[in-house]
Amino acid sequence: MNEILQNIDAEVLGAELPRTDRFYRQLVLIRRFEQKLLELFTNNLLAGTTHTSMGQEANAVAIMEALELDKDMVWSNHRCHGHFLSYCGQSYRLFAEILGRRTGACGGRGGSQHLHWRNFYSSGIQGGFAAAAVGAALAEKDKGAISCIFMGDGTMGEGAVYEALNFASLLSAPVLFVVEDNGIAQTTPKELGVAGSITDRAKAFGIDCHHIASTDADDIYKGVAPIVDQIRSSGRPAWLHLETVRLGPHSKGDDTRDETYVAELQKRDPLVLYRDRVSDPDALEQWCDDHIAEVLEVALKDEVACAS
Amino acid sequence: MRVVEELRDSLFSIMQRDPKTIVLGEDLLDPYGGAFKVTQGLSDAYPDNVITTPISEAGLVGVGLGMALRGRTVLAEIMFGDFLTLTTDQLVNHAAKVKWMFNDAVDASLVVRTPMGGGRGYGPTHSQSIEKHFCGVPGLTVMAVNQFQSPGELLKQAAGLGSPVLFIENKIMYSKLVEPDRLVSYDRPDAVILTYGGVTEFCVQSAERLLEDEEITVEVVPVQHLSPMPGDLIRAAASKSDRVFTVEEGSESWGFGAAVAEEILSAGIAPRHFQSIAADPTAIPSARNWELEILPSVDKIERAVLASF
Repeated sequence: MNEILQNIDAEVLGAELPRTDRFYRQLVLIRRFEQKLLELFTNNLLAGTTHTSMGQEANAVAIMEALELDKDMVWSNHRCHGHFLSYCGQSYRLFAEILGRRTGACGGRGGSQHLHWRNFYSSGIQGGFAAAAVGAALAEKDKGAISCIFMGDGTMGEGAVYEALNFASLLSAPVLFVVEDNGIAQTTPKELGVAGSITDRAKAFGIDCHHIASTDADDIYKGVAPIVDQIRSSGRPAWLHLETVRLGPHSKGDDTRDETYVAELQKRDPLVLYRDRVSDPDALEQWCDDHIAEVLEVALKDEVACAS
Repeated sequence: MRVVEELRDSLFSIMQRDPKTIVLGEDLLDPYGGAFKVTQGLSDAYPDNVITTPISEAGLVGVGLGMALRGRTVLAEIMFGDFLTLTTDQLVNHAAKVKWMFNDAVDASLVVRTPMGGGRGYGPTHSQSIEKHFCGVPGLTVMAVNQFQSPGELLKQAAGLGSPVLFIENKIMYSKLVEPDRLVSYDRPDAVILTYGGVTEFCVQSAERLLEDEEITVEVVPVQHLSPMPGDLIRAAASKSDRVFTVEEGSESWGFGAAVAEEILSAGIAPRHFQSIAADPTAIPSARNWELEILPSVDKIERAVLASF
C-alpha cells in the first residue's frame, strides 16, 4: 500500500486553496473521476454497477464545505462518489474499492454503493440509513456534531424516511436531511413517483424546511451554511430540498430521457457555471487529470480482493 | 426468581456497568414499564438512558443502530415478536452487514429483544414464533432464552458481544420460575430432544412424565444460540441416543429441525429415529383450543417419543 496516497486527502480537497479554487478543484475531481469510471466500464476493466453524480457535484462540494468534517457524520446512498470524494478526497481508495482491490476503502467488500471512511457511511438501500443518521446524531450531540443524510426524490417513497423524521423531531436530533431532487428516479419521473411537495414534506413533523434550486456551488453553500449553523446551535433537525440535475444515466446506459431535454439540462452543468470564477481553470483541471491518472494507475496494479 | 425478574435485573446491571447504555422501545416508561414489564423501573432509575418510542419498529431499530455505530451499547425492545418483520431491512440489510461490508472498521453493539410465542389467544399477528426467518443471516446472532438456563446471563452475554443480536424471549415464559435443576443429563438416554425457547418447558415436562410413567429416559438439550448454530453442542447431544427429536414452536419447514438435521447428518451422525415436532403450517388461530391444537404440546411430544419405540 502506498503510504503517500493514504494521506493525500487534504491536498486533494484543496484545503490550502482559496474557497473558489477549492470548489472548482473538487467539482472537476468528482466529474473526471466518474467519467473515468464510465470509461473503465466501457473498456471492461470494471465489473458491477455504478451511479454517477454528474450534474449534482455542487451539492457534495458545498455541503461538505459547510460541515465540520472532523466530527460531523455523513450518510449517503447509491449515488455516493461525489459525497465521498468531497468528504475525504480519498480518490485512490475509492478507485481501488470500485475496482475490487484489497486496498479499497472497504477492502473491496462494499464497492460503489457501500462506503465507509471515518464518519462517512453509505448504503445501497434507499432511506436505509435515515434512522441510523438520527441515532448517530443523538449519540454525538454532546460533542456538537451533526448528521447529514443524502437522499433523492426517489427516496421519498420509502417509509423509513418518515419514521426517521418523526424520531428526529421527537428526540431533537441534529440532522440535516438533504433531498437531492434530480427529477427522476432511475427511469421514473418525479411526477409519477412523488405526490405533493418535497419541500414541505418535513413541515408536518415540526421540522424547518428549506428549498434551494441551484447547481451553483456558491449559491448552495450560501444557502446551506446557515442551515447547518442553525442545526448545530438549536440541536434540532432541518430539511433541505435541493433541486438539481442528473446529466448522466441512472447507472451506466439507462437514460430514457429525451436527448433535447438532457441537452437543455447541460446548461445548468455546475462545472460550466463555475469555470469562469477561477483565475486558472486549466491548471486546476490539469491537476485533477494528473491526479486521477496517478491514483488509478496504482489502484489498477493493487491486489484483487478475494476470500482467501 | 422468575424469568422476567432475571431479565430485568440483567438490564439494570448492564446499565450500571456502562452508564452510556441506551434502552429503547415502545411504552417502556414507568409506571407501565413495557408491555411485558421487563423494563419496569428502568426509566425511573435511568431517565436519560431509556427512550420511549413511537410505534415505529424499523425506526427504533435504525435509531439504535446509529447509536451503536457511534459506540453505544443499545438494547431495543420490539413489543411482539410478530412485529420483527417491520425491522427486517434494518436488521438484515444494515445491522447485520455494517461490520463486514465496511471491512471490519465498525461494529454495532445492538441487541433487539422481543417475545415470541402463542398460548395466550392473541391470534394470527401476536402469537407467532418467526425467529427462523432471521436465522442464517451472516453477521446477525440469534439467541433464545429458556427458563432452565439463565436468561439474565444470556442477556448479559448478548449485550457484551459487541455485534448485533436478535434476542428471543417468550410471552408465557416471563412468569415462570428459573429452574436449572430440572434439566437432567444421562450417559445413554433413550431419547434426546433438541429444542429452544418457550417449548423447552413442554419438553422437560414430557421427559419427566415419560420417566415417571414409562421409565423412559429423555435428555432435553435446550439451544440458546440459534444462529450461528452451536454445532458441537448439537452433535454431542445427537450422538447420545439413536432417537433424536427436535421441538420448535414455529412451523416446521425450513425450521430448527431442518437445521439440526443438516448439522448432524453432515457430521455422519445418523440416528435410527429422527423427528421434528413443530406447529401446524397455518396462521395461529385466536380461538384458544384451536390454537393449542396446532402448537406443540406436552402430549404431542410424549406421544411422539412413545411411538418411536
